[in-house]
Amino acid sequence: MGRVVITGMGIYSCIGKNMAEVKESLYNGTSGIKYDPERAEFGYRSCLTGMVELPNLKKLLTRRERISMGQEASYAYAATIEALENAKLTQEYLDVNDVGILFGNDSTAKAVIDSVDKIREKKDTTLVGSGAIFQAMNSTVSMNLSTIFKLKGVNMTISAACASGSHAIGLGYHLIKSGLEDCIICGGAQEINKLAFGSFDGLGVFSTNEDPTKASRPFDKDRDGLIPSGGAATVILESYESAVKRGAPIYGEVIGYGFSSNGEHISTPNVDGPSKAMNKALKMAQIDASEIDYVNAHATSTPVGDANEAKAIAKVFGKHRPYVSSTKSMTGHECWMAGASEIVYSMLMMEHSFVAPNINLENIDEDAKALNLVSKTLNKKIDVFLSNSFGFGGTNSALIVKKFDNGNE
Amino acid sequence: MNKELIVEKINYFLVDEFEVEEDEIAPAANLKETLELDSLDFVDLVVAVESNFGVKLVGEDFVDVVTLQDFYDIIEKKLS
Repeated sequence: MGRVVITGMGIYSCIGKNMAEVKESLYNGTSGIKYDPERAEFGYRSCLTGMVELPNLKKLLTRRERISMGQEASYAYAATIEALENAKLTQEYLDVNDVGILFGNDSTAKAVIDSVDKIREKKDTTLVGSGAIFQAMNSTVSMNLSTIFKLKGVNMTISAACASGSHAIGLGYHLIKSGLEDCIICGGAQEINKLAFGSFDGLGVFSTNEDPTKASRPFDKDRDGLIPSGGAATVILESYESAVKRGAPIYGEVIGYGFSSNGEHISTPNVDGPSKAMNKALKMAQIDASEIDYVNAHATSTPVGDANEAKAIAKVFGKHRPYVSSTKSMTGHECWMAGASEIVYSMLMMEHSFVAPNINLENIDEDAKALNLVSKTLNKKIDVFLSNSFGFGGTNSALIVKKFDNGNE
Repeated sequence: MNKELIVEKINYFLVDEFEVEEDEIAPAANLKETLELDSLDFVDLVVAVESNFGVKLVGEDFVDVVTLQDFYDIIEKKLS
């Protein structure tokens, strides 16, 4: 089985529109959460959101390309452009090599609602226009990017709720590890509009804290819910041989992917499922729990979710106590994108030798006291990290990434 | 609506919305080969015609439409 390395990354999020901006925000503990007055009028309980400006693609893409892209695909394009450049992957290379795409996405609410509204108004399906179908399908990101970049490898979207982006990277890792592909553009994307999150808000799981930058407080006693957010993150996975042959930069090596399903409640997470995913990832990576330096927690700032994850991390790592933080304290919950963006965030920490803080951690929850939580930026070398992502339906994913070591062949 | 206004409106949305190069606009221009409009663009032409002229084109209307002049003519006929 081959080695799988990360040769490029790109990010477009509420804490920065590229890796340099995001690195600064992570280091400084800057929140990207804002108050959206439109949500109050729309009937939301909680009006907070990660705010991500739509990229202006007019000069970059043709009309035909742009009209098929909704919010999530536009974000994904912006992140992917950065990742391809970062990986030194040119269009000339993509034209003659089988490069694939696996992107996590689990909704296209605005596109679906806008097109149905138009049909209702006009009573004529033709008048919805030619781009509507390509914006509204759940595979909108992979279908648009594969067309724009003329990709010829594997091409699909992974839908697994808030673990979509993580599973996309995990499955890409397996396809490359088993020799079926050499290079895959992986990632996750998430729309942020008010149409996308209304039904989620309706569950009463969003924070009603009135201070935007204080509302997301994973593992804190006073947490009262998550804050929806979005954008896109792209991670280029490549076989070690392909990376060396191309002379590509190598930023890290994916060494483990563990997955599981809780087999219980549709929305309430448990302890055993996440524990199993983390243990499977460690087993696949063939490393001991003591070798993990940092855990990027899924922790979204919900009372039950954070408590159960804290118990799961404590159960898996026991006395080893790696550093733990949830970057969702700054970004909010980037949902379908989160599993991919949190790999990028953790990679930036590994590259720049720091642990980003779990901001707003003022009084640690009883269940999280066993963890080695980082509430202030810590200048510390990270060699191996584990990133958790869990989702509705009880889907769990844990990825382990190691600093690239050329002497470990 | 007179013929000049029809031509002006069509030329405007072709350049503004369909991003056709202004210097490619000519009555003899072939919609597919010169203006590079594909089958999906024809769906959007129906939308543009409806919003600009309030009339609905159907697939059969395009059967004999090859050039931009043919397109002007079909709209003029629909409006008459």
